[in-house]
Amino acid sequence: MVLLFVCFCLFVCFSLLVLLELSLMLALLTKATQFFSSGHTNNWAVLVCTSRFWFNYRHVANVLSVYRSVKRLGIPDSHIVLMLADDMACNHRNPKPATVFSHKNMELNVYGDDVEVDYRGYEVTVENFLRVLTGRLPPSTPRSKRLLSDDRSNILIYLTGHGGNGFLKFQDSEEISNVELADAFEQMWQKRRYNELLFIIDTCQGASMYERFYSPNIMALASSQVGEDSLSHQPDLAIGVHLMDRYTFYLLEFLEDIHPASQANMNDLFKVCPKSQCVSTPGHRTDLFLRDPGSVLITDFFGSVRKVEITREAINLTNPTELSLRNELKSEALFYVDQLPVADIIHQKPKQKDWHPPDGFILGLWSLILLVFFKTYGIKHLKHIF
Amino acid sequence: MSSFKPGGIAYSAQNCAVMRTANPITIVSLSLVNFDYSNEDRKAFTPPPPNDQFQEEMVIRPLYSGDIYASFQFRTQWDTDFLHDGKKVSHYRLFPKSLGQVLSKFSVRELHISFTQGYWRTMQWGQPFIPSPPGAELWVWFHHTVTDVDGNWKELTNVLSGIFCASLNFIDSTNTVEPSASFKPLGLGNATDHRFLRYATLPREIVCTENLTPWKKLLPCGSKAGLAVLMKSEKLFHSSFHSQAVHIRPVCKDWQCTSTAWELRQTLNVVFDLYTSGQGKKEWSLFKMFSRTLTEACPLASSSKIYVDVTDNPGVNPLISTAVVLGDRRTYSVYDLTKKETFGQLRSLNLLLRWKGENDMLRPPLHAERYVSGFGLQKGEIHTCLYNSHPYRAYPVLLLDSLPWYLRLYVHTLTVTSKTRENKPSYIHYQPSKDRLRPHLLEMLVQLPPHSVTEVTVQFERALLKWTEYTPDPNHGFYIGSSVISALVPSIVAMDTNSTRDRPLFSSFFPTKEESSYFMRVYTEPLLVNLPTPDFSMPYNVICLTCTVVAVGYGSFYNLLTRTFQVDEPSAPLAKRLANIIRRLRGVPLL
Repeated sequence: MVLLFVCFCLFVCFSLLVLLELSLMLALLTKATQFFSSGHTNNWAVLVCTSRFWFNYRHVANVLSVYRSVKRLGIPDSHIVLMLADDMACNHRNPKPATVFSHKNMELNVYGDDVEVDYRGYEVTVENFLRVLTGRLPPSTPRSKRLLSDDRSNILIYLTGHGGNGFLKFQDSEEISNVELADAFEQMWQKRRYNELLFIIDTCQGASMYERFYSPNIMALASSQVGEDSLSHQPDLAIGVHLMDRYTFYLLEFLEDIHPASQANMNDLFKVCPKSQCVSTPGHRTDLFLRDPGSVLITDFFGSVRKVEITREAINLTNPTELSLRNELKSEALFYVDQLPVADIIHQKPKQKDWHPPDGFILGLWSLILLVFFKTYGIKHLKHIF
Repeated sequence: MSSFKPGGIAYSAQNCAVMRTANPITIVSLSLVNFDYSNEDRKAFTPPPPNDQFQEEMVIRPLYSGDIYASFQFRTQWDTDFLHDGKKVSHYRLFPKSLGQVLSKFSVRELHISFTQGYWRTMQWGQPFIPSPPGAELWVWFHHTVTDVDGNWKELTNVLSGIFCASLNFIDSTNTVEPSASFKPLGLGNATDHRFLRYATLPREIVCTENLTPWKKLLPCGSKAGLAVLMKSEKLFHSSFHSQAVHIRPVCKDWQCTSTAWELRQTLNVVFDLYTSGQGKKEWSLFKMFSRTLTEACPLASSSKIYVDVTDNPGVNPLISTAVVLGDRRTYSVYDLTKKETFGQLRSLNLLLRWKGENDMLRPPLHAERYVSGFGLQKGEIHTCLYNSHPYRAYPVLLLDSLPWYLRLYVHTLTVTSKTRENKPSYIHYQPSKDRLRPHLLEMLVQLPPHSVTEVTVQFERALLKWTEYTPDPNHGFYIGSSVISALVPSIVAMDTNSTRDRPLFSSFFPTKEESSYFMRVYTEPLLVNLPTPDFSMPYNVICLTCTVVAVGYGSFYNLLTRTFQVDEPSAPLAKRLANIIRRLRGVPLL
């Protein structure tokens, strides 16, 4: 009887152990499959604010709060292209210079002390935005202004500003239409410039901007449907303008709870800012995306994953080479140039103007004169001249 | 959540096989790296003495209007040769690598770039140590081996716009000039062919934290140690004047001056207006100005000093030294941060100064103003007033004006008058503009009589731009860059021409050749000019109007011609209509 009981206990323990091990392996396997199934090796972010003028303070605060979250979760400045159409922090109307606040009573300064804006002021145009996306930039553009993504990059694109049904306004003077944007993304797909793309837009009637997408692996979120306006959150009486838009305010609150190892997925992101908080209905589009949104981590787009190899091999370093001293040429003493040599300036010879052959106008004038002359006096007088 | 610092914080996740870090690096267990030294090599090998040195310095000067002027200077001097063919410089220690690569790639002999917010008020504040115009200013001397100066200039501006996060890519041929006599090189050299000089300003450029961040990253200690810890952007930009600059030039390596070393000076000038804006009394301290105190000097610095100007506040001050700067002998109280005693018991340094009495400011010898007069959107007149307040000495000044092409100057109306008499300049260089290609360049050498006002006036006409050339906010106006006035001003005190003696950095920026005068540069205000702006909603209005006219006019005419009219029976009374409905239901013919 006791033997039976002991056998039974052993059997139960053994089965429990087996179950535990199986579940552990399953968990590890799902984690591993999750990790390797995302298929991306680097992360990029393109964050654009398209509005100018002081009363559009909230759009700059929107972009800076997403910038702050993205930097906090791991994407470095070299992988972020930040475009701000106007300067709010050092604007003369700002009562607290070098700050941009997102919460009233100046709780959170999203501008911070370590910000690098790549495109600012008049540089934020539709043309520059599309060139950054498609990579067709002039050869002298510096690296910090380029989107150097490859086919294993996950890109986060965030746009905010004033928009309408099918367009987004840039700097109060030009628009980008949803067709242009969809074509730009198709160009990116054909050039293999992204692995997966998350597109977030916070404007009025934002859902119209992602209606026309047709390239694969794009997931899109918008703050309002067609026919609805996206509303702003709260004004600050000291600064005098509205500080944030509602959708991005609740998005920032959601992202503040995310840390680099968080397992939150896209379904949580879709639930951000329901109609009760946002007044508008946020929308999303996942039909072009291959993976199930429930298996896509937030950090796949907002964070930055780096695969790091730890190696235990030894590396032999060679002796640093002795720097050979430069040959000290015995030259005459050098001197500083006279800053205002009055005598030299007064007697400066005028610059040698380059000789240009006579202009077409001069040639034509002379040929007209010669024609008239010879017509009047006849060719036979030529021999008197030459 | 702690804020992320992109210096690389390793965040270990549950998965030990993969570490998530910011920088894509391969981590190698350092304990297993061995240096391949043999015994005899270990004795012979000594690291070569560093041939670069770093000095940092801050000058605090109370101004007569009640403001405080703080000037930081960080100087890195490196004995190397960027422009030497064949041997590429690849080991950088204190000199920032990004700037070193720029210098060697574009064969730059001298580079001066400054970003300024605010305008320096010479009449209230005196003269600055390092003058700078509002906005961004860039002037570069290229090496005489460069064949395509314009191509190098264009690429250089793009690279610098990436390094400093500024829109320097807007510098192109429409705002670049080649001065023929101003802006002589501040470094060593003998060839001054002005074909290798380029000068451009962007008066509209905004300066904010995104320009300060990369500037601070160029310093050897960053913003973590030394004087740079005081640079908090929230305090620095809450000021009436903020200017940060980078100056690179070749200097004498030693007192014999037979070879050159490269000098990089990073300067930051800021004027705090705590008193004049009504926020404080006439006293200041480091903590009030910068919301920080100093705890240590930068460990990489060979000298780290603070100079406080106490000329107007004599009292029992320790550590006095004098220096001749800007033609005046000033007394300074010096605090050496490399000495431990400076920091005292609490290991932090906070300086406090209270004003005692009112003093009259010495009038600056040279001062300039500029304004636009006239009315309407067609014509105007630019007036530049140069004030020479020296009682008996006259001296020449060189005026450089660069005006954009859309102000069409009438150069025949150029007049220079001093004391109501015409003053003929001894040198004029004028390069007319070409539409959309080149701006106007006007350089004049004018002799200013003592104690007088010289006025330079020129009339202009405003051009109408193409509708795509207007900025998104054209009603704000268009900025015209400052005029530059370079002068050799007679000095009250004998200047120090011995360039080999160890002098504080702020007194050795401009090289002095003779004792009786010193060189200074004055910038005027930038101008804001309104150009005739079209109505950008006009195409939309025209389309609406035309379509309405076509619809109403042509449409009604067409209807009139093609519509036929039929007589309609009057509607039946109610009873008849009800009867008709019943009949229809029954299938019987209607009434």
